[in-house]
Amino acid sequence: MVNSVTNFGRSGLSDWLLQRVTAVVIAAYTLFMVVYLLTADSLTYGQWVSLHQSLWMRLFSLFAVLSVAIHAWIGLWSVLTDYVTVRLLGPKATLLRLLLELGMITVTLAYVIWAIDILWGI
Amino acid sequence: MQKQRPVNLDIGTIKLPVTAYISILHRVSGVILFLVVGFLLWLLDTSLSSPEGFASVQSGFDSPLARFVLWGSLAALAYHSVAGIRHLIMDFGVGESLEGGVLGAKLVAATVVVLVLLAGAWLW
Ligand code: HEM
Repeated sequence: MVNSVTNFGRSGLSDWLLQRVTAVVIAAYTLFMVVYLLTADSLTYGQWVSLHQSLWMRLFSLFAVLSVAIHAWIGLWSVLTDYVTVRLLGPKATLLRLLLELGMITVTLAYVIWAIDILWGI
Repeated sequence: MQKQRPVNLDIGTIKLPVTAYISILHRVSGVILFLVVGFLLWLLDTSLSSPEGFASVQSGFDSPLARFVLWGSLAALAYHSVAGIRHLIMDFGVGESLEGGVLGAKLVAATVVVLVLLAGAWLW
């Protein structure tokens, strides 16, 4: 079995499953938001704030953001390990891929912290 | 296992089937969505920050550029979601034959075109 230090779940099978579970969560959240925005015509600031202040919505949003983080980490890791390789780019590829992976992970974590700050700062 | 194995498949010389386009676009849309998430968080942050912020997000979409960026973002989300759902269906063993794959790919393309047009109609 091949182990890698920068993938999310430390095994291909767990990454595969997590990518699917998180996809379903993101899809559910997307569907909710689309239906909400389509049915709430002439939405006011007050309605918007009270929606996001409710505990269930905060948890739903948090759950969705964590799912995006896990999903994107696994997804972008797959993309980088496919293209930023020694075979395609030469010997410097490993270092470059590691830097890109760290950058991707940093942005992902920043998204999560930002989202928590938004949701609990209302 | 040998590290530097030869690679025989040179996709630059092959005529790609519809399934290949549907597949690579799923990847491209996934990468784009990673940036879109930042845009959406920024919209959420601004719209919740104050009544003025909320109004500025609403009126921000009066500008054609902002509207176009949002439309593109929704298109990427629609594409990635529909093609992603096809992935999940295929994981259950449905539509894995050659004909099934081609049919599924065409269904994805048709559904996304409809969704993107609807999103455009909603925004304009
Ligand atoms: C904003 C949210 C999302 C982001 C940033 C995102 C990003 C990505 C990325 C970068 C990949 C890797 C693509 C590849 O390896 O070719 C991926 C794969 C995938 N995405 Fe998403 N995605 C998002 C939402 C969704 C949604 C809503 C679904 C709905 C079903 C979904 C379903 C999938 C599936 C099934 C895969 C796995 C494809 C495979 O195993 O080859 N994603 N995503």
